[in-house]
Amino acid sequence: MNTTVALELKNISKRFGDKYANKNVDLTLNKGEILAILGENGSGKTSMVNMIAGIYYPDEGEIFVDGKPVVITSPKDAFKYKIGMIHQHFKLVDVFSASENIVLGIKEKGRFKMAQVDRKVAEITQRYGFQLDPKKKIHEMSVSEKQTVEIVKVLYRGADILILDEPTAVLTPQEIEKLFDILRRMRDDGKSIIIITHKMNEVLSLSDRVAVMRRGEHIATVETAQTNENELTEMMMGEKVELNIERTEPKNVKDRLVVENICSKNSDGITVLDNISFTARAGEILGVAGIAGSGQRELLEAIAGLYHIDDGKIVYHNPENDEEENLRDKTPLQISQLGVRLSFVPEDRLGMGLVGNMDIVDNVMLRSYKRGKSMFLDRKNPHDLAMELIEELHILTPDEHTPVRRLSGGNIQKVLVGREISAAPSVFMAAYPVRGLDVNASYSIYNLLNRQKELGVAVIFVGEDLDVLLELCDRIMVIASGQVTGIVDARSATKEEIGLLMTAHNTQGGSSNE
Amino acid sequence: MNKQERIKKNTEPLFHITKRSNISFGRAMLIRGLAILLSVVFMSVVMFLLAKENPVTLLKSMFDGAFGTPLRIWILFSDTAILLGISLALTPAFKMKFWNCGGEGQVMVGSLTAAAMMLFVGDKVSLPVLILLTAVFSTVAGGIWGLIPSVFKAKWNTNETLFTLMMNYIAIQLVTYFLKVFGNAQGNLEPMPRFAIPKMFNGSYFLNIVLILVICIIMYVYLRSSKQGYEIAVVGESEKTAKYIGINVSKVIIRTMIISGALCGLIGFLLVANGSCSVTTTIAGGQGFTAILVSWLGKFNPLYMILTSFLVIFLQRGTSFMGEIYRLDTSMADIFIGVVLLFIIGCEFFINYKINFRKFGKGGTK
Repeated sequence: MNTTVALELKNISKRFGDKYANKNVDLTLNKGEILAILGENGSGKTSMVNMIAGIYYPDEGEIFVDGKPVVITSPKDAFKYKIGMIHQHFKLVDVFSASENIVLGIKEKGRFKMAQVDRKVAEITQRYGFQLDPKKKIHEMSVSEKQTVEIVKVLYRGADILILDEPTAVLTPQEIEKLFDILRRMRDDGKSIIIITHKMNEVLSLSDRVAVMRRGEHIATVETAQTNENELTEMMMGEKVELNIERTEPKNVKDRLVVENICSKNSDGITVLDNISFTARAGEILGVAGIAGSGQRELLEAIAGLYHIDDGKIVYHNPENDEEENLRDKTPLQISQLGVRLSFVPEDRLGMGLVGNMDIVDNVMLRSYKRGKSMFLDRKNPHDLAMELIEELHILTPDEHTPVRRLSGGNIQKVLVGREISAAPSVFMAAYPVRGLDVNASYSIYNLLNRQKELGVAVIFVGEDLDVLLELCDRIMVIASGQVTGIVDARSATKEEIGLLMTAHNTQGGSSNE
Repeated sequence: MNKQERIKKNTEPLFHITKRSNISFGRAMLIRGLAILLSVVFMSVVMFLLAKENPVTLLKSMFDGAFGTPLRIWILFSDTAILLGISLALTPAFKMKFWNCGGEGQVMVGSLTAAAMMLFVGDKVSLPVLILLTAVFSTVAGGIWGLIPSVFKAKWNTNETLFTLMMNYIAIQLVTYFLKVFGNAQGNLEPMPRFAIPKMFNGSYFLNIVLILVICIIMYVYLRSSKQGYEIAVVGESEKTAKYIGINVSKVIIRTMIISGALCGLIGFLLVANGSCSVTTTIAGGQGFTAILVSWLGKFNPLYMILTSFLVIFLQRGTSFMGEIYRLDTSMADIFIGVVLLFIIGCEFFINYKINFRKFGKGGTK
């Protein structure tokens, strides 16, 4: 096969402090191919492409474009070499139109002729099959449209090498398929594409070659057609791993938390929770699926007493005395004083669940520091609990007095989940508990959730990976624009079915989240 | 030099900056020590050029000014105590990320209350009762001055920096009004030494030093080991976390600011009852602002703040003495202090970041 190399990294290293983010990475990207970069979180995928895109500067090594050595110190340099990156978090101006965002930052003599820009944008979108209205404002767009703007922006600047950092994380299955079609069309047009992902099925269905990263090092690049899931996982993990979730049949199922018709508007007067009703049962895992930002966070926070609701009821059935309590309009403190053992692993771990600058002991103490009449803290019990968690959950840390922000994402999450479980909850809520975690850490979290279910806890799990939701949960509730669009049996539902429900909201229902 | 190296030289930045993940305590102290040394060398050169004096004799006069006689040493430590006291008062608020810039005003209302007590109640009760009452009322007055901005912050999320700053001006105007009504023709209040705290040892200094040291230790323990101190830290780090675990954030903000203001009020009491026995609009002397710096430099740790407040007072006393001896302009002392502090603050950059210089031909260019 006769291929030309578009981009080559030779011996690239990047250190942060004394830790290597990348170590002696060699990588080649051919013209007209889709190269997937596969690796766990923290394996150095993003830091590597950031060096190609001019966001970081390598400590060692060289980058070649079309066989010539280049120095890329800024994103502007990267564009000079026709390299463009589409970041995970969009960088767009909300009040500008698509075209205005696309030309933003381009230096041109004289006035911009917007009509000409619109024409060129239309040309690009037609060529690759995007659907985009150049005049539409960003704040009126869906996530997938915003992503389209980002991609067109890069193409407008004439990029031949495109880097996409986890582009599918925010999309529905249907939107992912559309994106992949476009990427294939671009490849056939001669563009070279790097796509970062940690979802195996996407790698296998889309890419021509896969580069596997592990602990900052490039392990191997293999032809996608000649490999399989097991082989890739093994390369990624460095060892053979058994990855399956054991789902047991629910036992002693009882209603634990009954949510009836809750409605809530945010501070801008936009409806974020629209007449939501469901029941969380003891001994069961209830999954919550939906596009990011459809009201999942607000729903869990409303139950935890952190988000104000305008209407509806949240009724807790206390297993100890069979009494019913309405948790609506109660503060977290009042909820716990009522004897409601509610544990909550929020989406924002360091911003809400933990205090980044405090050590493990002080973080473990967050829930229990008030105990006892003394005005002084008792750090002994929290210390013992911290040591126990470190031991049992295999938390990797220099010691129990390390600030938690210094730990890796997986270990941070273990501290948080461990603390919440140690409170012996009767309702356990977790929002995206495996986001940013590697495969091993993710499965240990799934196992912890499963154990809670077996202990008779009502588990509510907000997730983003539909495969996992289908494997782990007993029932799945789908939310779209703050409405429940369906509650399905996870044992019989399909991904497509859930994907359709994720966008099936009633647009007249007062929701302006179009 | 081959072609690749030339390209590198032309386009690779001369240096780039990376964040340090960890630095040993010793190394950090070394950097800080070097910064102080460098600032002194720098100022020696400047003063040599301006005053044409030998820098060594100039520096000697600084030490002489600070430590020259037993009395100077007493004053040095007593002034350090007062500055430390105000810094300690501000620290719980700062730990909560409530930027209390109102130390000046909170001290002033404490002083004003003390002077008013002496003036109106002084002759009616015995001295011990007067002192006790004065201390309590000054503390309460300072507490109220801290309470007002905190209520607005807690209820309506007003900006505490502006609010506390404005409260300073109100305090100044209150004192001005007081002096106009009850002072003499020049607008001064005659000192009332007969109502002062009785002298111990050879002056009023001993009490300041001992009292503030006790407060320092209490504050250290309060912030580190009490439940309230823990709540302050959590609210300061993340209000969202505080709400999530059921802390009443408004309550913590208000309670902490009462403590902060009350402690300032107590210092204001000391400045009057154990000092001037009168009140002026400059009684706090800008120390409410200097204390902000002391607290920050000491990283909000009461024990470190002993050192930083000492450093600031040493520089103030030393340089002003030096200025008098060598007839330097009065601003020279301020410039000197400013330069030293600038170097100390500036060196934090080198503690947090590392500078990597370009390496020619090294590393991966083979």
